[in-house]
Amino acid sequence: MIEGFTALYIFMLAAFTGYEVISRVPVILHTPLMSGSNFVHGIVVVGAMVALGHAETGVEMAIGFVAVFLAAGNAVGGYIATVRMLEMFQPKKGN
Amino acid sequence: MLIEIVYFIAAAVFIIGLKQMSSPVTARQGIVWAGIAMAIATLITFGDPAVYAHGSMNVILIVVAIVAGSIIAYITAKRVEMTDMPQMIAIYNGMGGGAAAAIAAVELVKVAAGGEAPNTTVLVLATLGAIIGAVSFSGSAIAFAKLQGLINKTLRLPMHMLINLIIFAGMLALGGMMAFTGEIDPTLLLIFFVLTIIFGIMFTLPIGGADMPVVISLFNALTGLAVAFEGFVLQNAAMIIAGTVVGSSGTLLTQLMAKAMNRPISNVLFSSFGSADGSTADEEVEGSMKEVQAPDAAIMMAYASKVIIIPGYGMAVAQAQHKLAELTKVLEARGVEVKYAIHPVAGRMPGHMNVLLAEAGIDYDKIYDLEDINPEFPSAEVALVIGANDVVNPVARSNPDSPIYGMPILDADRAQNCIVIKRGRGAGFSGIENHLFYADNTQMLYGDGQKMIGELVAGVKELG
Repeated sequence: MIEGFTALYIFMLAAFTGYEVISRVPVILHTPLMSGSNFVHGIVVVGAMVALGHAETGVEMAIGFVAVFLAAGNAVGGYIATVRMLEMFQPKKGN
Repeated sequence: MLIEIVYFIAAAVFIIGLKQMSSPVTARQGIVWAGIAMAIATLITFGDPAVYAHGSMNVILIVVAIVAGSIIAYITAKRVEMTDMPQMIAIYNGMGGGAAAAIAAVELVKVAAGGEAPNTTVLVLATLGAIIGAVSFSGSAIAFAKLQGLINKTLRLPMHMLINLIIFAGMLALGGMMAFTGEIDPTLLLIFFVLTIIFGIMFTLPIGGADMPVVISLFNALTGLAVAFEGFVLQNAAMIIAGTVVGSSGTLLTQLMAKAMNRPISNVLFSSFGSADGSTADEEVEGSMKEVQAPDAAIMMAYASKVIIIPGYGMAVAQAQHKLAELTKVLEARGVEVKYAIHPVAGRMPGHMNVLLAEAGIDYDKIYDLEDINPEFPSAEVALVIGANDVVNPVARSNPDSPIYGMPILDADRAQNCIVIKRGRGAGFSGIENHLFYADNTQMLYGDGQKMIGELVAGVKELG
């Protein structure tokens, strides 16, 4: 179980990590990085799966379905958008 | 157990992936690794007994929802033009926020239906995640609509601030009541969610299009936070860690952007450019705009020794980046030194211009940041401004009354000549008159960016 102070510690350490990880990023990568972190919170899909999995009534199932649908869109859309942007920064293709 | 291990590794890979995305050399492999981690984490979740807690119908729905969401997002993300990327990021981000809010909704509906109430901490976090996620969801949708041009104006109701405050207070009161009493009435729960969605809309509507990058970045951070909160509710470590990391890094990114515009975040969020209560009175501008034709502008550039090109959002709209690459080539063939000057907030997102120029195959060693290029303007014969406006407006240096006063600008006015490609005579996105356009050494080239650059290329080529 993750609760009480354990939860707070995780929260604090993860917050500092996030801050440190991008503190020295060049401006040219700001947009790809925003897109990349947009992809990372797509992990919400695993939570949405559990939420739909233990949904009981029709209403719960409908909301759960929406959750999984939106989360999958977040993850896949965020991934493709980021990859497409970063492709632009590949070494020259000779043009 | 295996699931826990996979989640642990996924969380670590996300952090390493984000780190790698902060350098152009490793960025690509960073996102690919994060993608693999996400795919495996999703697959392993099918091994979680919680997924099968209520029969096979739910599992079928899960698969259908994943497939449908993925296909739609895949197709849209593949098809969208690079220039429209910012609003797509807004929409995908909004989906994540909506998902977090929907998870909270499932849990809260369970309690409303008479299920056992979890402890207060869990309820509070679920409710907070619901608020933040739903605001990010509807706010991102408005951001999308604004960037896509579906909503052109900044809408501001009378007493907008007061209405927002009332909605905000109502939302908090309802949420607090549900979370702390543990008694949830289905009708009140519905009202609660309607309020959060309305708040997201009302909050975003008055914010000007030029400030959207900051807003999208803020919503991105908020979605991360909402995901982390729902992670606590579901006891899912991967969600907690990934969500928190995005929340804090997104907050930092938001600050960096606001700083680049020299505006405190509160200023971006709570007052809009050129709003009725702002003091953007039309002051008199000295001088007049002088028009130039493309062939003459081409001659100026062809015989220059150094040309600095300043792209802005107008370049993105006109899709002129490929023509610019061609212009760079023909100028360099004549021995002209060509450099690109990118303002930190040019376009609709920081780095937006860099992405577009890279797409057109322009080397990134020709692309300079504000601090590096500004000292070079006096030695450049020509500064070519294409579709940029506020970021080259000298009033940011000279007029303390101007809303953009204090914002660092590109010193295009200090180049020996300045050519501005612009579609029409109107003021820019922010509605502020640009004194650069009236300066003695500035000449205006009116027309569509792509077409005009094309004519410049032809003009330079004609000189042999």
